Amino acid sequence: MKTVHYLNQFFAGMGGEEQAETPPTRLEGAVGPGKGLAAVLEGVEIAATLACGDDYFAEHEDDALAALLEMLAEIGPDVLVAGPAFGSGRYGYACARFAAAAAERGVPAVAAMHEDNPGVGEAGAAYVVPTAVNVAGMRDALPRLGALASALASGREIGSAEDEGYLVRGFRRNYVAEKTGAERAVEFLLAKLGGEARTEVGGDMDRVEPPPPVVDLSSALVALVTEAGCVPQGNPDHLQSVRAQGWFRYDLGGADTLASGRYESVHGGFDVSLANEDPNRLVPLDTVRGLERDGRVGRVHESLYTTTGNGTPVVVATRFGQEIAGELRDAGVQAVLLSGT
Amino acid sequence: MLAKEIERAGIPAVYVTSLPTVATMIGANRIVRGPAITHPFGLEEDDRKRIVERALAMLETDVEPNTVWEVE
Repeated sequence: MKTVHYLNQFFAGMGGEEQAETPPTRLEGAVGPGKGLAAVLEGVEIAATLACGDDYFAEHEDDALAALLEMLAEIGPDVLVAGPAFGSGRYGYACARFAAAAAERGVPAVAAMHEDNPGVGEAGAAYVVPTAVNVAGMRDALPRLGALASALASGREIGSAEDEGYLVRGFRRNYVAEKTGAERAVEFLLAKLGGEARTEVGGDMDRVEPPPPVVDLSSALVALVTEAGCVPQGNPDHLQSVRAQGWFRYDLGGADTLASGRYESVHGGFDVSLANEDPNRLVPLDTVRGLERDGRVGRVHESLYTTTGNGTPVVVATRFGQEIAGELRDAGVQAVLLSGT
Repeated sequence: MLAKEIERAGIPAVYVTSLPTVATMIGANRIVRGPAITHPFGLEEDDRKRIVERALAMLETDVEPNTVWEVE
């Protein structure tokens, strides 16, 4: 079986940054780290090495991919191997994009780079083997990369990320388990009682440290944010009731209260009749204004941020949060009351 | 998720919800349990005063991660 190995200008021995504009070039056999790779491949030989300058790829991605894919098709390998790119962002990106494109066209592909390399998110259906952050990790990376490449070339079914040593791609594959969920759950419970936590579904929520408390609320700018789908009557911007496509900012205009008939909730996940009778039940503007008058809080931010927290994917909600947080920070907001349902 | 991203930007945020378990799972840090899904901040004005005051008190307090406060 044969493979094609993709390298950047540096690892292909063409030169450093000054050669970063090199267009896709075909070299015969194994080059540079490809020689180490060839030694760890099983039943696969490196038919050719394709090299491309990191800047050329970044600046002419479509042309570069077209040329590389054409060369790849001429050679007709059983697998494409790209990198290792370690921590190099441009190189990792190029490896990932080429591997993704090859995989799309039915050529199994595997790239290798550090898990924080921006290329990781660009690999599509191709596999990415994690490496150290710099070239000192070459000796460690090559055998792992070679093993997965050989497996892909052989056509055998590839197992889970954990078993085969690649980064999770986010695809879920169904399989029929030997034991029912009930049996497996009881096993996990018994294990947990014995002090061992096991799980079939990984939790990948990151954690954020609680920010320090507000030092002086009486002089603080406080913002109201809601996921309860609270919008001006009539929902002028068409906020969705489920699977929100965005968030909105509405000017409170100094109002003392969220008056019934002027605001409503379009959240599709709960009965909004109580909220529509009195929108302050979702966003307590009446109370907070009172506290502003009394000096308990400094000022109420006149922008109300709203979205519908109903069936929103985590990655989308995270993006909404980042965008809203950016505006709040730019406006100098010092504290936030967030209503959820 | 909104609470977490706002906190990540360094702004203390209190999340008032009747589902604090979900909030702790997601990783919000300052959480006040609200009375109901349909009216997390309270049905009547005096309920709201107590709930908002509890939320403000939490904003003024140093907390361990994923802390839930009840409202008396």
